[in-house]
Amino acid sequence: MSGPNDNYDPKQVAALSAESLDAIVADALAAFSAASSSAALKEARLAHAGEKSPIALANREIGALPPAARKDAGQRMGAARGRINAALAERQAAVEAAELEQALASEAVDVTLPVALAPQGAIHPITGLIDLMSDVFVAMGWEIAEGPEAEAEWLNFDALNISADHPARGESDTLFVASADGEGDSHVVMRTHTSPVQIRSLLDRELPVYVVCPGKVYRADEFDATHVPVFHQIEGLCVDKGITMAHLKGTLDHLAKEMFGDIRTRFRPNYFPFTEPSAEYDLECFVCHGASVGNPDAPCKTCRSEGWIEWGGCGVVNPRVLKAAGVDSSEYSGFAFGMGIERTLMFRNNAEDMRDMVEGDVRFARMLKGEAR
Amino acid sequence: MRATKSWIAEYADLPAGLSAWQLADALVSVGLEVEQVEAIGGDVSGPVVIGRVVDFVEEPQKNGKTIRWCHVDVGPEHAPKSPPAPLVKGGEVPELRPSRLADARTSGSAEGPGAYWPRGVICGALNFAPGDHVVVALPGATLPGPFPIGSRKTYGHVSDGMICAEDELGLGDDHAGIIVLGEVDDEGNPWTIGAPALEAMGVSDDVLDMPVTPDMGHCLSVRGLAREASQALHVAYRDVIAHATPAPSQGGHPVVLESEACPLFVALTVEGFDPAAESPAWMKQRLSACGMRSISLSVDISNYVMLETGQPNHCYDADTLQGAIVVRQAKPGERITTLDDVVRTLDEADLVITDDRGPIGIAGVMGGEDTELRDTTTRIVIEAANFDPVSIARTSRRHKLGSEASRRFERSVDPGAAYGAARRVADLLIELGGGRLAAETVAGEVPAMPVQTIDAGLPERILGMPVAADRVVEILTASGVEVARDGDTLTLTPPSWRADLVDPYDYVEEVGIKVGYEHLPSVVPAAPVGRGYTTEQKLRRAIGRALAASGFVEVLTFPWASAADADALGLDADDPRRRTVALTNPLAETAPLLRTTILPGLFGAVARNASRGADDLALFEAGRVFFASETGEAAPLPSVDGRPSDEELEAIERAIPWQPRNLAAVLTGAWMPAGWQGAATLASWTQAIAFAEIAAAVVGVRLERRSAQQAPWHPGRCAELVVGEEVIGYAGELHPSVVKAFDLPTRTAAVEIDLDLLVSLFDGAGVLTPVSSQPVAKEDIALIVDESVPVADLQEAVVAGGGELLESVRLFDIYRGAPVPEGKKSVAFALRLRASDRTLTDADAAGVREASVAVAVERFGAELRA
Repeated sequence: MSGPNDNYDPKQVAALSAESLDAIVADALAAFSAASSSAALKEARLAHAGEKSPIALANREIGALPPAARKDAGQRMGAARGRINAALAERQAAVEAAELEQALASEAVDVTLPVALAPQGAIHPITGLIDLMSDVFVAMGWEIAEGPEAEAEWLNFDALNISADHPARGESDTLFVASADGEGDSHVVMRTHTSPVQIRSLLDRELPVYVVCPGKVYRADEFDATHVPVFHQIEGLCVDKGITMAHLKGTLDHLAKEMFGDIRTRFRPNYFPFTEPSAEYDLECFVCHGASVGNPDAPCKTCRSEGWIEWGGCGVVNPRVLKAAGVDSSEYSGFAFGMGIERTLMFRNNAEDMRDMVEGDVRFARMLKGEAR
Repeated sequence: MRATKSWIAEYADLPAGLSAWQLADALVSVGLEVEQVEAIGGDVSGPVVIGRVVDFVEEPQKNGKTIRWCHVDVGPEHAPKSPPAPLVKGGEVPELRPSRLADARTSGSAEGPGAYWPRGVICGALNFAPGDHVVVALPGATLPGPFPIGSRKTYGHVSDGMICAEDELGLGDDHAGIIVLGEVDDEGNPWTIGAPALEAMGVSDDVLDMPVTPDMGHCLSVRGLAREASQALHVAYRDVIAHATPAPSQGGHPVVLESEACPLFVALTVEGFDPAAESPAWMKQRLSACGMRSISLSVDISNYVMLETGQPNHCYDADTLQGAIVVRQAKPGERITTLDDVVRTLDEADLVITDDRGPIGIAGVMGGEDTELRDTTTRIVIEAANFDPVSIARTSRRHKLGSEASRRFERSVDPGAAYGAARRVADLLIELGGGRLAAETVAGEVPAMPVQTIDAGLPERILGMPVAADRVVEILTASGVEVARDGDTLTLTPPSWRADLVDPYDYVEEVGIKVGYEHLPSVVPAAPVGRGYTTEQKLRRAIGRALAASGFVEVLTFPWASAADADALGLDADDPRRRTVALTNPLAETAPLLRTTILPGLFGAVARNASRGADDLALFEAGRVFFASETGEAAPLPSVDGRPSDEELEAIERAIPWQPRNLAAVLTGAWMPAGWQGAATLASWTQAIAFAEIAAAVVGVRLERRSAQQAPWHPGRCAELVVGEEVIGYAGELHPSVVKAFDLPTRTAAVEIDLDLLVSLFDGAGVLTPVSSQPVAKEDIALIVDESVPVADLQEAVVAGGGELLESVRLFDIYRGAPVPEGKKSVAFALRLRASDRTLTDADAAGVREASVAVAVERFGAELRA
């Protein structure tokens, strides 16, 4: 190693000459740009910026220069090292970026692969629709009432003004629960409608009453595409002071709008023992919008060319019903309605075959989308 | 009720050009349902014309049948271009002469002006003669079926059309022979050969088919329909009942009324009737259009008048009646052979028509054989009576015998129509079959209608739309109600045909319908502040959603069950799930019970899915199960005149089955099928338990498990699910014999819990305590215990020992094999320790660890694995 030297050594001075430093820098820069990987760049760094690199060796010679020459040489050396370091940093960034890019490219995955955390579950569309319809009423301040499915005959029939001789009380319509000893009548039936919950609500609750009751109902029906012996209804009951049939219409029109959007509706007179006046609540046919009426050339299967589809039954609560539940009909009046959930599902979601709703095929349950899920 | 438009039009002046659909709309607006509008002959298209049989020859066939090869004149317009093959009679070929038009219009194909050829047609019927007028469907026509008519070779001839029978045209069900028309049409004019037949016969009409609700008995007649139509369309109405009921008299056959269920009985005697007289075509067609068969003139008239007036009536052979007609309750053991040839034993509650020999008819339901009309009857006693609806309904149901008559009486028949209808029967018998009205008996009288008083403002108050008092009066009067007005008080007497008008609200409805519900405003009532869903309702919904999100699919199955199910499930004789409820009239004899467990229903859904190729299933259902009531007492039927007593309401609750909601799932196949990330996870007892864990987590209760032996589960793979002190259900793998009995895939797993019980255990929304920000310390321990020690119990020991500083414990390994001795297992737990106020020292951590191990040693003889 050269120590401080008073003797001027022309060879050593040559190593610090501008030409010489330029050459060293040029070598370094060429080596850096030739390096295309982090490993190659590391080698080039050691060779051209390391402790034994030409520039480092040259740097040592500064001490050997006479003091007068040091300043000049020092400046040249500084500039040379600056150029080398800058080039190294730049190359380093470029190589790393290229390498990252390559690494990311090689790590690409097929994002369309299936990624289920669990099997595809679903609630039944009937349950979903019941909840959706219930929500409409809860949002209006109504409550959800419930009742047993094996129900006392008195609640299912008598209290609803369905007399002992009404045909609906025959075995061809109603499923009867056998008495304990198999003899005589138990006076218990599988409820044929959700209407007994009306009576239970009037017996159990303080007036006024605003309730809906969704639930299973039972009929002695054969099982086919349009009939099931077990199906679901949603029943509504409002008993308050000053309630009119216009309130019934307002309530059902609101429900219809929530379920089907803007749609024409109508009341068609009908008969139910528990309401008076009574009506069927009809919706304009979704398919033909009435165009098939009296037009044999364009019949409509959905509405049988009637232009309207029956959604449910309704009416003003018969004062006889209020009386059986101990409500003073001179002070209170009310309305009630009931519609089939399966029917609503048919209209709302195009379900065609009732059998699909009860056979438990997982494909059916998985189809429903959106808010009713 | 089926009725034709033309029949209604006889009594209501329907506006010209009113279509059947517009008539239907008018009837719908007053409360009728119109199920169908059928055009009679609507299914017939193309040329179906009046023809005249020129001549024919009978040709016996090898099959024993005889056919007729006919020449039929179908008019010049439809005449063939060349003559048909000749009629060969006894080897002779007669000369075929062309038909000729009287007015000598020119026909291009036959000889001379106005002349044309008949058509050759094969006919299998033998009920016609040369010169008869018939209905011919020509090639190009289509008959109901649809049955297109073409020219075709058959029985050795080219048949150039078809001579039609009634049923082939859809006019009735008579196929006894082809239609042979009378000499002239209904109006007495000669037939025009070649004219469209259905129009010429006057059978083009529309039939309205209307199911009639119980309160619309007055519409089970053309009379009632015409009245409603005229009111809806604001046109004139004429009442077919042309006679008021006369005062009681016994001028004809003696009649004695011994029961209150028969307030009025009219008996008219017609003598000199010709039993051979036949029903006219128009009557047959109307009956057929309305769904009734033509039987004989007298029966046809009886039915015709019933359809027209709504009054069921009956004709007796007067010569077979023995003594007075007595209407009374049946005596025990009395028997009658009804017209349907069935011997029926009567009940004391049955109302019967009797004579000296005993019952000759079940009142209002069906007549008896002994006194029915014969083909020799010339003296007829016509019965038209009124009977109590409830009595008739009960008898009809008791004998499972419904008739057109009972259907009407059940819905109330106008007592004011009995006499007029009997006279209408007599008039028609005399007009169409000869004879005279010889004598009449009127026993009893038209009962008074119930009077009601209402406030004139009631309709407006209940309907919620303005209806002035004057309008109320006007509407009710138009409906036949007698209205006496005193200020705002209306005293109302309904007409005899409106038995449905009783209560004040009945009149509200009548006003509402006649004003029209389309005028009702739509007003949403303002409900008071509600409490929203109950906690139970929210939790049940959240549980369903959580299970669906976790991979379970909800299904809804029928709740029917059988004793065989209980056996197949392996339930013990005293298992509470055998305390079933039976149905008296189950839909299937093989499943007469209500379910006490949801599982068999889910097994059925598994089988249906499997049969459709879905094997990887996780199905669940939430629904009620039914257990017989403890007491076995029948439910009371309290009076409906007021709120039942508390005792009665309690008795009702005691009598109905206990019916809690259960929640159950069945798992088969793969839980997660094999995929690109690895092998399948098979469904097993673990997901069954996880199902219960999810439900418990929604409720926020801690679910504990104990090994249990419970049908239908595998005795070594069944967990009893416990919350606090309550057993809420069971989960695990099914018993192999159950799997076999229900034909399920091997290792099917299942879970069933009492959903109502689980939800009831919710004990509040939980408390949010401060979260410690101190550092965590981790310790692992491995404990060697006997194989029989449940991991949950061991973990509980660790927790019990760990004290306050132990934040959580996680099982991370179970190891069996050397150096762990045979019959033992090494169970490894990861412990997380944390203090709320300081950093734990090594000594703290070691202390917790030792304390945990110490309890495990104490409770289970555990050995800390080095």
